[in-house]
Amino acid sequence: MMRDLRDRIINSVLFVPTLFSGALLIVMVLVLVQKSGKILASQPLVDLLFSSSWQPIAGNFGFFPFIMGTIWVTALAMLAAIPISLLSAIYLSDYAHAMVRGIIQPVIDLLAGIPSVVFGLFGILLIVPLIKNSVAPLFGVATSGYCVLAGGLVLAIMVFPILISISYEVFRTVPLDMREASLGLGATRWETVKHVVLKKAFPGIIAAIILGFSRAFGETMAVLMVVGNVARVPTSVFDPAYPLPALIANNYGEMMSIPLYDSALMFAALLLLIVVVIFNIAAKYVLVKIMGVT
Amino acid sequence: MDRRSAEEWLFKGLMYLSLAIVLGSLFSVFAIVVFKGASALNVAMITQVPQGGYYLGKEGGILNAIVGSIYLAVGAIILATLISIPTAWYLQNYRVRSRFAAGIRMILDIAAGIPSLIYGAFIFLIMIMVHARASLFWGIITVGIFLIPLLTRAIDEVMQMVPSKIKEASFSLGATRLETIYHVVTRQALPGIITAILVAFGRGIGDAASVLFTAGYTDSIPTSLNDPVATLPLAIFYQLGTPFPQVQQRAYACGIILLVIVLIISIGSRYLTKKYIRYSIK
Repeated sequence: MMRDLRDRIINSVLFVPTLFSGALLIVMVLVLVQKSGKILASQPLVDLLFSSSWQPIAGNFGFFPFIMGTIWVTALAMLAAIPISLLSAIYLSDYAHAMVRGIIQPVIDLLAGIPSVVFGLFGILLIVPLIKNSVAPLFGVATSGYCVLAGGLVLAIMVFPILISISYEVFRTVPLDMREASLGLGATRWETVKHVVLKKAFPGIIAAIILGFSRAFGETMAVLMVVGNVARVPTSVFDPAYPLPALIANNYGEMMSIPLYDSALMFAALLLLIVVVIFNIAAKYVLVKIMGVT
Repeated sequence: MDRRSAEEWLFKGLMYLSLAIVLGSLFSVFAIVVFKGASALNVAMITQVPQGGYYLGKEGGILNAIVGSIYLAVGAIILATLISIPTAWYLQNYRVRSRFAAGIRMILDIAAGIPSLIYGAFIFLIMIMVHARASLFWGIITVGIFLIPLLTRAIDEVMQMVPSKIKEASFSLGATRLETIYHVVTRQALPGIITAILVAFGRGIGDAASVLFTAGYTDSIPTSLNDPVATLPLAIFYQLGTPFPQVQQRAYACGIILLVIVLIISIGSRYLTKKYIRYSIK
């Protein structure tokens, strides 16, 4: 009886931190919505999203260049990262010896643990000069190297770990029996992967891609350091871009001195938040469906 | 037959190539930062705070940022652990298919995916509301709050991995659910919990976007929670922003220091996991 009472008390004490961590997200969304109210009231949503005129002092807040900057960089990163990550994950799940797996996995974990500023440093030291001196001249373009391509490549490397580890987990949920049935019918390993594993794991791959995308979408420092930060809609991968997170990070200092600027930046934060939340819910929904309750 | 084996070889080749790109990029991150930064790395870098004219290339070191980062990350990880472990216990106390627990887990998973920059902006808004200035305290709050979802879900996951047989053995001896969670599940999951805490610590020490608004920056080592604090990632960022090659060199050297810290955390977590896994029931 005493123990039962004690357990009940402890349980209600434990409820407090649980409520706190659960409520955090909701409070954050509410605060950002409330702060974005002013800018949403002053300009139609369509203008905010699709106007290219960005003159905070004149009160013009068109987010289109920043939205396009984010999309260009993220899309390029995913384009580069998806095939490389999927092929690596297939190798780890279907080809690699257990010993090789044991060596490679910690290395990928290590890659996941490198701070984003260091990736930015890597971009400045290696990728940017490489683009400026070797890649761009190949296409007959002159660029400082600080461009969409640099941001995309750095970001691609940063999403390798999340894409590889989730798709590896997904490939492992495909039962061994199915692989053996396919191999038993005379299919080669790659044919088994192509017709059985990839087909069965398809929803999970989509989920992994969505999660990778949402990670890339919000990445701030590394991209900010290499992407050039020019508020114009990019027209090629050698153009500079100015993604939303970089906009927020670069301008918070001035946001209190120009009217509506703070509201505009919080609106940018809200946009990022909404996209990330939707993507995460979608990915989670797919993953729960294939892997059961997590 | 020929076409089939050609396809097999082609894709196997592509897999090796992909893996080489992944491992090669990791290697080149380390290689280029070490290569470019090694010449600027010296004892003064890690034992002195910036002296006058440091950002013009004069002497001094970056001890303020090293200590600042450690203060900040230690404070944040303590805060996050104090919230995360009770939350994980609470979630464990529910049936596996409970709707409430699933809802909380879902919210935490979403929160874990939110960019740290947004946490920074959110806390910055709160700081404006209460008229607070950037300080170590607010930096700790920001990083702590951004680590809570990550850490809670990681701890929750390792606790869920504890085999139900062990829990049932505990129940059969008359232990209540909470006694089982506290004495059996937590102990059994301890290696995983330690790894989770260290991974979160690494995230905390490496994150720059969240503390950009909230922790401030200073050339001295903070002496109280109300002082602003410098962090290594921001030190790299600011030093790169100066037009002086010697100062930029130091940013590369700071990159080496940060990479060494990340490596120590990674190796340390592997060591501790091995050490504590002996006390788990197989």
